[in-house]
Amino acid sequence: MLKRIALTALACWPLAVLGAGGGGDAAYWEEPSVNLGNERSLQRGAQLFANNCMGCHSAQYHRWMHVSEDLDIPVEAVEENLIWTTNADGEKNQAGTLMTIAMTPEYGDQAFGMAPPDLTLSAREHGPAWIYNYLRTFYLDDSTPTGTNNAVLEGASMPHVLWDLQGWQRPVHADDDDDGEIVGFETVVEGSMPPDEFDRAVNDLVNFMVYLGEPARMDRTAIGGWVLFFLLALLGLAVLLKKEYWKDVDH
Amino acid sequence: MSKLLTWIDDRFPLSRMWREHASEYYAPKNFNFWYYFGSLAMLTLVLQIVTGIFLTMQYQPSAEEAFASVEYIMRDVQWGWLIRYMHSTGASMFFAVVYLHMFRALLYGSYKKPRELLWIFGMLIFLVLMAEAFMGYLLPWGNMSFWGAQVIISLFSTIPWVGPDLAQWIRGDYVISGATLNRFFALHVIAMPLILVGLVVAHILALHEVGSNNPDGVDIKKNKDANGKPKDGIPFHPYYTVKDLVGVVAFFIVFFLIVFYMPTMGGLFLEPPNFTPADPLATPDHIAPVWYFTPFYSVLRAVPSIGGSAFPGVVAMFLSIAVLFLLPWIDRGAVRSTRYRSIWHKVLLAVFVVSFVILGYLGTQPPSDLYSLLAQVCTIAYFGFFVALYFVSRFEKTKPEPERVTH
Repeated sequence: MLKRIALTALACWPLAVLGAGGGGDAAYWEEPSVNLGNERSLQRGAQLFANNCMGCHSAQYHRWMHVSEDLDIPVEAVEENLIWTTNADGEKNQAGTLMTIAMTPEYGDQAFGMAPPDLTLSAREHGPAWIYNYLRTFYLDDSTPTGTNNAVLEGASMPHVLWDLQGWQRPVHADDDDDGEIVGFETVVEGSMPPDEFDRAVNDLVNFMVYLGEPARMDRTAIGGWVLFFLLALLGLAVLLKKEYWKDVDH
Repeated sequence: MSKLLTWIDDRFPLSRMWREHASEYYAPKNFNFWYYFGSLAMLTLVLQIVTGIFLTMQYQPSAEEAFASVEYIMRDVQWGWLIRYMHSTGASMFFAVVYLHMFRALLYGSYKKPRELLWIFGMLIFLVLMAEAFMGYLLPWGNMSFWGAQVIISLFSTIPWVGPDLAQWIRGDYVISGATLNRFFALHVIAMPLILVGLVVAHILALHEVGSNNPDGVDIKKNKDANGKPKDGIPFHPYYTVKDLVGVVAFFIVFFLIVFYMPTMGGLFLEPPNFTPADPLATPDHIAPVWYFTPFYSVLRAVPSIGGSAFPGVVAMFLSIAVLFLLPWIDRGAVRSTRYRSIWHKVLLAVFVVSFVILGYLGTQPPSDLYSLLAQVCTIAYFGFFVALYFVSRFEKTKPEPERVTH
């Protein structure tokens, strides 16, 4: 019987691994390290997110209050340093509000040709690696309205927002062919951060966006172990109970 | 206490029902691994209903608020994420359990006489379950919800003459809209569950009327002791209640492993494009139904269009489900269990299962020339199983069945 179960499991396995998303076969592609246990990284990510992303992008399904609680940032610090929006009466928003922005979708449409999307669930939709590589691969391109292009998302309407941190770079193509595949980048103007530091900063930002996409991930991984431990103990008891009852059955 | 029971029994057959369906319902003593999935299907049904009730308390069934209300449940409602993940994981696990339960019937010929009606009730449950899951999938109002529903409902519009009107009638609009969402919500939380529960009751009553089959496929009622009890039967309670308890806990271990550590199952249970709100102007790169529909979706894609109409594919897809209803009459074999049937039957069954799994995989993938060809081969194998079974079962040389159950 065990053999049969194993065979069934084996037959179902391909179903479990497909659909995992991907696209990471380019030479410049690197995987970020996602770790929601790294509170400092999440806090730095929140800072980067509020300062660099939230001019144009909302995170309207999440509340500042949760950022404060989950990332261990005092409410006062959140209200002082991260929240820049006001309510309809012009009073500064408090931690209980959703992470909205002042820019309207209509303005976004006019300014960028397409309103900047809400970022609450981006990490769940695209995956952390996609965002990590997207943010690292803006390069100079005279042919676009923003003056930059992106290796992950060709023709991105978003400008290189992190330019002051990363600086400017141009692509290195395979076989020195300008239309060839992009294999790497070379710096044209240095930013305020050395490349390693910039990668770490983007990693922090991605880490925060993974949290933002699914805050419950912190809870579920913390609780899961206890639940499974309880169930394993219960399984032991259930097996013993079954054995006790079935003693008198000749089978 | 016994006085109270007598009082009730004088007015309602409580003790009699308990005896008939539990303490004196004699089930064969040789149930194996495959026999856990019946009670587990019942468990998943209860899980879905209970978690569903709590989701309904916070969910907003309108095109404007549905998506945000799901995220509200995930973030602001205490333990909302757990309830939601239990419901989304429960949907997939329900199908996993039901597919294994149905495979058990195939393996041991549980659909054969006198269990034809039991099988038909089961198939109706499967059908309603598919409708229930399809409608539930629209409710989060993600982009895959929207486009998945768009694709499936447009299948109806391929029906000659009445198709377009029928599709419009189902949607309640020219496109999928808030009107569709509202009616799907009503059907998902009230109509379908009611029918489902009714059918499950009928399924169990039919089972207890004819008695359970077993891995040997022999009738335990043929051998009774002096008291008229089957010699190879044991009372469902306590023997199978305690045994099924083991199954329930083992199931929960798998279930909560998914809920806590891989709730999206790598995009299989919750698809990435569904994390962006429904957008009629942005089609996802690759529209695929959730994994439990993909075998039938593959059949749909495998059949070529005729004159630009996908209707033949739609017919094939419905036939691929409908043909299962006829299984008790297609299989003309003398014995029930695969254990005592010919090697040909075993090969046929294996081909059927393999082609079903491959079709399921292909349905999750974007079409390509190779995959389309493979899907066509597997579709032929899928239908070929029933055709071959009809003839092989009539002429196959079976092994002698034992008088009593073995193991």
